Amino acid sequence: MTLRSPLGKVLGLGSAKSGTAHWWGQRVSAIALIPLVLWFIFSLLLLPNLDYATAHAWLHWPVSGFLAILLVGVVAYHSYLGTTVVVEDYVHGEGYKLLGLLLLRFLHVLVAGAAIFAILCIAFGT
Amino acid sequence: MPARARPLSPHLFIYRWQIGNSLSILHRLTGLFLGLGFVALAYWFVALATGYPSYRFAARLFASPLGGLALFGWTFAFFYHFLNGVRHLLWDAGRGFERAERRASGWLAVAGAISLTLAVWLLLWHFERL
Repeated sequence: MTLRSPLGKVLGLGSAKSGTAHWWGQRVSAIALIPLVLWFIFSLLLLPNLDYATAHAWLHWPVSGFLAILLVGVVAYHSYLGTTVVVEDYVHGEGYKLLGLLLLRFLHVLVAGAAIFAILCIAFGT
Repeated sequence: MPARARPLSPHLFIYRWQIGNSLSILHRLTGLFLGLGFVALAYWFVALATGYPSYRFAARLFASPLGGLALFGWTFAFFYHFLNGVRHLLWDAGRGFERAERRASGWLAVAGAISLTLAVWLLLWHFERL
């Protein structure tokens, strides 16, 4: 026996109106981040130092640049999903909630966009 | 609003404080703090792309006492969120739900995060001294 209405069953999206998409996206990005962050930490630790020339040469290398862009993209997505839940849970006024959610989305795109643009500049610069 | 008070389901505060809920709260807090770390990481990339003077400024900022404290905090927050995240993924796969397993994996995440944070910083400290 089920308590779900026939319409609810067909739509399958629940009260959040997005089904399991958010939950699933959080898990998929978490799995993707395991190798990406481990790569990032180990690469930085294996560099002889972090002065300008060393860091720049490291990020100029195509493999580093490519993986760094993936890292920034997936971190932004994972962080956006996580912080969104925090705003939904703790910001109660509808207006403030909407404002917070909009701000979060804009900030994540802004920060990720700036980081990816910077990585591309280093990758394609001299 | 209803005219008379209706019975409510028990809220958070009625439960005894224990490791399960503490680690859950810590997961959310470290996640939020890591969001700030993401901004710092983006700033590091932008400074590196902008040129030597801005990179040197960023490097000094990160090397300052407050910058160092933040980096240390982000290291711990990262390792904890990482290990506890793997714990969550194992739960999602339907494993580790027994009481003893839950407690053991929780303490493992905390101990692992502390050890890995100390290992990374001892490594950094060691090479700075070379």
